[in-house]
Amino acid sequence: MAQILISDPTLRDGNHAVQHRLNEAQIRRYAAAANAARVAIVEVGHGNGLGASSLQVGEALLSDAEMLRIAREELSDVKLGAFGIPGFATMRRDLDVAIDAGADVFRVGAHCTEADLTERHISYLREREKEVYGVLMMCHMATPERLCEEARKMESYGAQGVIVMDSAGAFLTHDLQDRIARLVDATQIAIGFHGHNNLCLAVANSVAAVDAGATIVDGTARGFGAGAGNTELEVLVAVLAELGHDTGIDLYKVLDAADLAERELVEQLPSTDSVGIVSGLAGVFSGYSKPVRRIARDFGVDPRDVFFALGRREVIAGQEDVILEVAMALRDAVEEQRLEQQDEEIRTPEGDRS
Amino acid sequence: MEASAVSRTSPPPRPHLRLASADGAGALRVGIIGTGNIGTDLLLKVQRSPLLECELFAGRNSRSAGIRKARELGVATSDRSIAPFVEEPERFDLVFDATSAIDAKRHYELLEPLGIPVIDLTPAKLGKLCIPALNLSDCVGQPNLCMVTCGGQAAVPLARCVVETQPQVDYVEIVSTSASRSVGPATRINIDEYLATTEAAVAGFCGVPKAKTILIVNPSSPPIKMQNTVFAKADEVDLPALRAAVEEMVGRIQRYVPGYRLVMAPLHEHGRIAMTVQISGAGDYLPEYAGNLDIITCAAVAAAEENARVLLGGSAATGA
Repeated sequence: MAQILISDPTLRDGNHAVQHRLNEAQIRRYAAAANAARVAIVEVGHGNGLGASSLQVGEALLSDAEMLRIAREELSDVKLGAFGIPGFATMRRDLDVAIDAGADVFRVGAHCTEADLTERHISYLREREKEVYGVLMMCHMATPERLCEEARKMESYGAQGVIVMDSAGAFLTHDLQDRIARLVDATQIAIGFHGHNNLCLAVANSVAAVDAGATIVDGTARGFGAGAGNTELEVLVAVLAELGHDTGIDLYKVLDAADLAERELVEQLPSTDSVGIVSGLAGVFSGYSKPVRRIARDFGVDPRDVFFALGRREVIAGQEDVILEVAMALRDAVEEQRLEQQDEEIRTPEGDRS
Repeated sequence: MEASAVSRTSPPPRPHLRLASADGAGALRVGIIGTGNIGTDLLLKVQRSPLLECELFAGRNSRSAGIRKARELGVATSDRSIAPFVEEPERFDLVFDATSAIDAKRHYELLEPLGIPVIDLTPAKLGKLCIPALNLSDCVGQPNLCMVTCGGQAAVPLARCVVETQPQVDYVEIVSTSASRSVGPATRINIDEYLATTEAAVAGFCGVPKAKTILIVNPSSPPIKMQNTVFAKADEVDLPALRAAVEEMVGRIQRYVPGYRLVMAPLHEHGRIAMTVQISGAGDYLPEYAGNLDIITCAAVAAAEENARVLLGGSAATGA
């Protein structure tokens, strides 16, 4: 059976679940546990990657360099990964910092229709002889043809593989499988899949992706990650082993890592709650989960209404500022309705009197 | 350290700007180099200005859509790029460069010794940063004006309102979101330079120790209008003062960018100030959603008109 490369972004995507506040002890302990389990890549950083600590997305407790350096010290048999989205991450300010901090593997991301934003960054890293993958985010928002076109662009820039991210947890299995199969045909490089669990399909989708020819799969410990959570790493490893795939990962050690994550990283185990289901249906980036819930509460509006409104506006990753605008508009609409109702109540008795 | 406040004091001596049209023509004779989307949109705005007259519209391809448009309008065109400007410098009071950052640098090396001032719409960052709402009067008689970036034109004036009314603020952030179809290949390949130039403008005009810029390219259909949010970190905020300053600033920008609109007035929540503006283009040559391109051509025309007003003196200003 096929050799499957498991990439573990627990310490990157998981940062979304704790408002980017992972601390030194947490990074150190989990990195050591993942190293013992021999996952292929441990990806570390702010939830939106290098250079993304901001008022827009959330300020990280530690700098990119600090997070990478701490993990680096714990990794001997496993590669250290960094993620960056051009528009947030720049070459000189951010990629250089990650190179200096000892990152081995880079994943350069863009919204699924905008691969050309990654051209300079991918080539820059390849020129520095780094292992580089392209990442297409929010892949449910592009047609299969368009995805192939964008993946081929990343291949031409020098990417050694392309990761399809179901950033909203919105993919139904057959849609995903069709896209993965076409991408495998359309490119000469490895194809990967990164799932989210809004519709409880993350593990099933990951297995389907492998069946369709994907050779890289992302999973996080206990699903620790944005929104309803990611594909659960320990379940993924167990299922792939049952299916006869070789991940090179020690089952007991990865289960230990997951237990450690639950004890030390996770404030609340990710679950597919009502808001998470709506987020998936609306096709909104998983990282919006925490800010949408907070802002909806502060503005006194229904977070589900906010998610559907964001979905109608087709927001992509990184547009968190729109949450405020949408919540305010919903609040104003509710207020207007209340006033109208009040007017109505005042008018009715007058009508009765006449 | 702060860029000087908007003032109406008399401009500094201007060795570079010769007034070729001092014979009473009543308009600055300008050239445009670059016949792409930005150059062509700029041409339509120049044509509407009573203070500017397009002497030549030059590019490299005589069959480009921009050149065809210029011919329809009866504007002289050339496909010889920078050459006609170098051969007959006396025909031009000012040249707009709407090519690319690399070409703009080469062009300026040729135009500078000839004493032709340049308004540069590329992010080459060769001359003085110009944001008309903030430093128009300092932008007269400059050999080279850099029109920053679209996000800089849209958001830096708002950031300035924040630091002027909330002196304790030491971190400002700008998030610009544009429609995918309005973000051309040059911006995409130079995305890091775009961010750096915008951040340099925030530092220069606002004097904050720390600034960050984020650029998002959104592909939705129909295309979204350009949107910019300014954030600042602040625990305590004088919101009435900020709102008044922003209202005044929005009015000032609307005088030269009619589609500039505040969609979320300044608010304070979760330890941060936030406000959002949206820009609809005038729909001159580019579609209405391309407010990101419109704002930079509008700003370039405003800068050129200010030069015209000062140079042509009272007669032009009064339209007499």
